[in-house]
Amino acid sequence: MQSRQRGNMNNVDVLVVGAGHGGAQVAIAIRQRKFDGSILVVGDEPELPYERPPLSKEYFAREKSFEQMLIRPARFWEERHVMMALNTRVTSVDPIARTVDLDDGRTIRYNSLVWAAGGRARGLSCSGHTLKGVHSVRTRSDVDRIVGELPQTERVVVIGGGYVGLETAAAFVKLGKKVTLVEMLDRVLARVAGVSLSRFFEAEHRAHGVDIRLNTSVERLEGEDRVTGVRLGDNKVVPADLVIVGIGIIPAVEPLLKAGAMGANGVLVDEYCRTSLPQVFAIGDCAMHANIFASGAQLRLESVQNATEMANVAASVIAGQPQTYRAVPWFWSNQYDLRLQTIGLSIGHDREVLRGSMATRSFSVIYLKQNKVIALDCMNTTKDYVQGRALVVGGHAIQACRLADVTVPLKKLIEEVVA
Amino acid sequence: MAVINVERSSGEKQVVTATAGQSLMEALRSAGIDEVLAICGGCCSCATCHVYIDDTFLEHLPPLGATEDDLLDSLSDRTARSRLSCQIRLTEDLSGIVLRVAPEE
Ligand SMILES: Cc1cc2nc3c(=O)[nH]c(=O)nc-3n(C[C@H](O)[C@H](O)[C@H](O)COP(=O)(O)OP(=O)(O)OC[C@H]3O[C@@H](n4cnc5c(N)ncnc54)[C@H](O)[C@@H]3O)c2cc1C
Ligand code: FES
Repeated sequence: MQSRQRGNMNNVDVLVVGAGHGGAQVAIAIRQRKFDGSILVVGDEPELPYERPPLSKEYFAREKSFEQMLIRPARFWEERHVMMALNTRVTSVDPIARTVDLDDGRTIRYNSLVWAAGGRARGLSCSGHTLKGVHSVRTRSDVDRIVGELPQTERVVVIGGGYVGLETAAAFVKLGKKVTLVEMLDRVLARVAGVSLSRFFEAEHRAHGVDIRLNTSVERLEGEDRVTGVRLGDNKVVPADLVIVGIGIIPAVEPLLKAGAMGANGVLVDEYCRTSLPQVFAIGDCAMHANIFASGAQLRLESVQNATEMANVAASVIAGQPQTYRAVPWFWSNQYDLRLQTIGLSIGHDREVLRGSMATRSFSVIYLKQNKVIALDCMNTTKDYVQGRALVVGGHAIQACRLADVTVPLKKLIEEVVA
Repeated sequence: MAVINVERSSGEKQVVTATAGQSLMEALRSAGIDEVLAICGGCCSCATCHVYIDDTFLEHLPPLGATEDDLLDSLSDRTARSRLSCQIRLTEDLSGIVLRVAPEE
């Protein structure tokens, strides 16, 4: 068994592209299922797989060391005979010959290919986007560069009001920086949350001194060599020593699409995480799938939970014990002393019910679609997060006034409908 | 250095050495106890780092936090010995601790 596992780097049973959350977990899960074929993980970052969420939270704030973020220590990968080719990029895929080309000139043959390449931070296209001092927050090296520039930084402009932008803004505030956050739409988190949660976060950030500009586009970045300011659509210039661009990701799927895989904004997979190419799987941020918690709508989810569970699905198929992807989506975000936990997907909701009071900073927003609970955003209310899961899974129709009544635990409401 | 006596979910026993200051979860993860998923990386958001602590050590642990308590409630196999391993920081006096990894939900 050992000799098979060690294999030959140029001809492997399982080739994993991307050494991030999904790539690490697929290798772990394949070995857990006692599959003893050779596994090679190819990743273009220099580090062994590490956790990305702390990048905009504890790692940024220097509360967590990089070693604590490693998904597994180096020794683990050796012991499990998982080969790692780091600092190496897959440039093309030949699905007929079942080979991939690497940027170091090598060609590797695979039996199964798992595409876990995540996405690249989307950049600005306006003039000035290549100036020094303009950063995204996707990789460890991004954050190390930002931290290196902190001593010369007083004023920061964060472009984009998604979770990464908001968390980064909070991290800068903690460090005593003056932060302006620019959002093109009429609210932050427009893509992922309902209006009331957006308004809550905007108020919290403003109370911490963040200057939030909504409905505001970016005209260009000012500066000669290094960025000095951001010119907005209304022609005002916000001075900046550092600019963070947090406007989402572009799924890293070009080589797969070129090879003929179906997809566009991501690569299309079925409930076994199989792409349209033979023995080619895709998982994590780059995998477009029909999600049963969004009435079967096709979407990509950008969460550790999704990457982890899709990895388990792909591993189960590769190890010959196939399972389908049916996991309830969940997510978390920490900003200041706020702990948000989300269960389900709120997209497509037609009603929001507020449970608790925003003034106490401990409340839940419950999302309904045709009277059925489809998601909960729980702010400092772990109990609701835990108990609300069954409401989402069951797709129960419950009266809004009952959901809003904080004196009745959600658990009790479920017992009532089930009884 | 703290020593942890682990019974894995497979029943297999393993002795793990950890550096003081690590969380119990980090120590288990570093030691290759791969059934400890720890999806949220230790920020008390996921309950995928559930362990059962042996009685003699239970009382020496930091008290159960409110969030931890609520998250443990999401687990069908919670017992009086249940803790989330990411919420326990290892100190020298916890050396020798005995625990069992809870089954995956
Ligand atoms: C700052 C930040 C904060 C976040 N916070 C949270 C959070 O609080 N909670 C949460 O659930 N999620 C959070 N996320 C999202 C979460 O990190 C992602 O959903 C998760 O990392 C997805 O895993 P993945 O394996 O799909 O992609 P990744 O982890 O991005 O891994 C993909 C890897 O593949 C590499 N790669 C790409 N193309 C190639 C190629 N051609 N060849 C070789 N390698 C390649 C990439 O460089 C990368 O290293 C956060 C993300 C960021 C950036
Ligand atoms: S690792 Fe998520 S709760 Fe412990």
